[in-house]
Amino acid sequence: MKRLLSGNEALARAAWEAGAVVGAGYPGTPSTEILEVFAPYPDVYAEWSPNEKVALDVAIGAAYAGRRAFATMKHVGLNVAADSFWSVAMTGIEAGLVVVTADDPGMHSSQNEQDNRHFARWARVPCLDPTDSQDTHDLMVAAFDISERFDVPVLLRTTTRVCHTSSPVEVGEVRRVTPTPGSYVRNTAKYDMAPANARQRRPLLEDRIAALSEFAETFAGNVVTTRDRTLGIITSGVAYHYAREVFPDASTLKLGMVYPLPRRLIADFAAGVDTLIVMEELDPFVEDQLRLMGIPLYQPPQPPAYPQTKSIFPVIGELDPTSVQRAAVAAGLLPGPGPADRPAPEPGARHTLPLVSVAALDLAPRPPTLCPGCPHRSSFYLLHKLGVPVNGDIGCYTLGMAKPLDALHTAGCMGASIAVAHGAVQAGDTERHVAVIGDSTFFHSGIPALVNVLYNRSNVVTIVMDNRTTGMTGHQENPGSGHTLQRQETVELDIELVVRALGFPPDRVVTIPSYDVKALEKQLKAWLKVDGPAVLITKQECALLPATKATYLPLAVKDNCNGCTICFRIGCPAILQSDALDERTQRPLAVIDPVLCTGCEICAQVCPRDAIEFRAEAMAHG
Amino acid sequence: MVESPRPAKVDMVLVGVGGQGTILASNILADLGMRIGYDVKKAEVHGMSQRGGSVISHVRWGAEVHSPIIATGAADLLLAVEQMEAGRYAGLLRPGGTALVNEFTIEPITVITGGAHYPSRDEIESAYAVPARRLLWVPGAAVATELGNKHVANIVLLGALSRLLPDIGEQDWIDAIQRQVKPSHREFNRRAFEIGRSDAHVPGPGV
Repeated sequence: MKRLLSGNEALARAAWEAGAVVGAGYPGTPSTEILEVFAPYPDVYAEWSPNEKVALDVAIGAAYAGRRAFATMKHVGLNVAADSFWSVAMTGIEAGLVVVTADDPGMHSSQNEQDNRHFARWARVPCLDPTDSQDTHDLMVAAFDISERFDVPVLLRTTTRVCHTSSPVEVGEVRRVTPTPGSYVRNTAKYDMAPANARQRRPLLEDRIAALSEFAETFAGNVVTTRDRTLGIITSGVAYHYAREVFPDASTLKLGMVYPLPRRLIADFAAGVDTLIVMEELDPFVEDQLRLMGIPLYQPPQPPAYPQTKSIFPVIGELDPTSVQRAAVAAGLLPGPGPADRPAPEPGARHTLPLVSVAALDLAPRPPTLCPGCPHRSSFYLLHKLGVPVNGDIGCYTLGMAKPLDALHTAGCMGASIAVAHGAVQAGDTERHVAVIGDSTFFHSGIPALVNVLYNRSNVVTIVMDNRTTGMTGHQENPGSGHTLQRQETVELDIELVVRALGFPPDRVVTIPSYDVKALEKQLKAWLKVDGPAVLITKQECALLPATKATYLPLAVKDNCNGCTICFRIGCPAILQSDALDERTQRPLAVIDPVLCTGCEICAQVCPRDAIEFRAEAMAHG
Repeated sequence: MVESPRPAKVDMVLVGVGGQGTILASNILADLGMRIGYDVKKAEVHGMSQRGGSVISHVRWGAEVHSPIIATGAADLLLAVEQMEAGRYAGLLRPGGTALVNEFTIEPITVITGGAHYPSRDEIESAYAVPARRLLWVPGAAVATELGNKHVANIVLLGALSRLLPDIGEQDWIDAIQRQVKPSHREFNRRAFEIGRSDAHVPGPGV
């Protein structure tokens, strides 16, 4: 019976069916659920590693030891793991190894839009690009076989819409178990990439990709479906479904493997249709390869927005049926309003979707914000007030940039905050620089940068915002949380002890509860007056963790509020401007939404008139 | 209720604010669609936008569903768990389609501190005027308060939605809800659904 599975659930299921015994990764939208779903399967080992490079090395170790393994990460995670990715592309493996990269077209939850299919071509490894949950399942199973047959890691590239779309999947009910357990082979010439060995291996990469190209000609994941021959579409990933939606009559070549490409299959498909187009999301990865092969592609009479990169469909952002239809109209593939000199589309070209436009309301945006009760809020309120340059990092606390907190000035990638602050200082910037980094990001890649601050005699004040979890991705365990992915109790790395062990002066490492505005302000002010590096750890469970939820206690605004607006400066979604005005100032009084308020008391502490209840008062009348 | 033939396809969008339960409601709809024999796709976005941002899920039922995303102007039904979001996504609903909107406001931070305007009910209704689409207000938040659980407005909306899809049996709805919620939450979710389904404000039947 078919099961309704997201792409991520289907991928985890397929890994189990294929006999993978080790899965490692670092949380990152849209990849996170893969390992969470895999971890409870019987007879598997799954872990959150501190970062993606460690995760891939763990999976590589398992594959060297003769056990099927995989690593999961979001697209930018593969940048972190790129060194390991290239290494294993050189060595090959003993048992199947799959590297899962989840790209984020449209940047729903990411800082860039890189198309990771390029990694495969760069490192000469095959790349699979599923269209939906069933494909994800089937290609993940196939990936392990390809990996072993060609002694190569396989890159399985998925995207947000594939990861987070659920559809019915026919799964296998039996797990394939490797008949003889693998063992760790001693094969230095293959696995020790000293230059002499690496030079020996190097030609094998070219031979291997030539063999894979031949394999692709008959690979079951590359599917030709002949319908009307007027239009042929070569497509991969979720774009295949937009092709089916917008051009239901067109013939399709669905590429389950986008690298290397099957030359003869493509040439035959091209020869069998009148007009040939490529429909793919993000970069012209397939399109460019087809042009190099000399495959004749349809040239639209009107140049698209970025003709230097892609001929028909947008190179920026996620595709969807509407954008695909618009691009097809602009390219003359579908009828529609446009320049009179446009050639008439092929007979039979028809719209399957409405061409509508609705006058949109001019609505204020609703950006994501720090949640009510967020323990990061107090620090950002103070940093804004102190006016210092704040170098940020990747996590919930990246939202400290938003108004009214407006207290984060850079956020590039994981682990960047501390070294970026250090660089600004060493360049001669005279302001006192602050770096903020979360607990999971600290373990991910913050520690080497903190070592650097100490080693290279820096002046940076680092705030480690420890909310006891990996927040943005939905509460994953990390080395500081005391539990593993598979729910085992483990050592709880103490951030203060780690920092002290690096050698920071004892009086320059302090842990303060995140909600204690007064203590935080006193400490930050003191350190901003003196020279030298310091580390402040703010510690408080995320407001969305069950332990915190159990303590929710809505506070109320008291009668002596005079509408001074200072509490609005903390940017809490639970504090609203009421309809009532202060008699004297005619400014709106504050009101607290009891449904949203958690009772964190940050607003009560910043109120200059003591006009907001503290928890003790709320409890007394509650 | 009157028996009518099951529609060949039903395209639904669910919109709201991160944390309001649009994902749970879309899980229930996807589960239900599959159980009653449709091909189904359900698309949602996780991660950063869930932190109090504007969120949208797409649920599609049909004989064979391709795109996970519903095209602009092609949705048959729109469920909004928050009023302003009903205005934001009005363009997704097809002419003649129906929007069910929870009478509930959450001011975005741009309104609270940025001085931006929060739209009135009239303004939101105006977004459904051309081309003409039906907007029905559902007192989901009031029912949720009555039931003592602030999070069930999404299920009240599903109850109201069920009146627009009369060929699907009540038990199929309830079973789908029970499969998707924690055992301890089953009883009040069932009651929320029944109140939404019985609400006199929502005329039926028909998509």
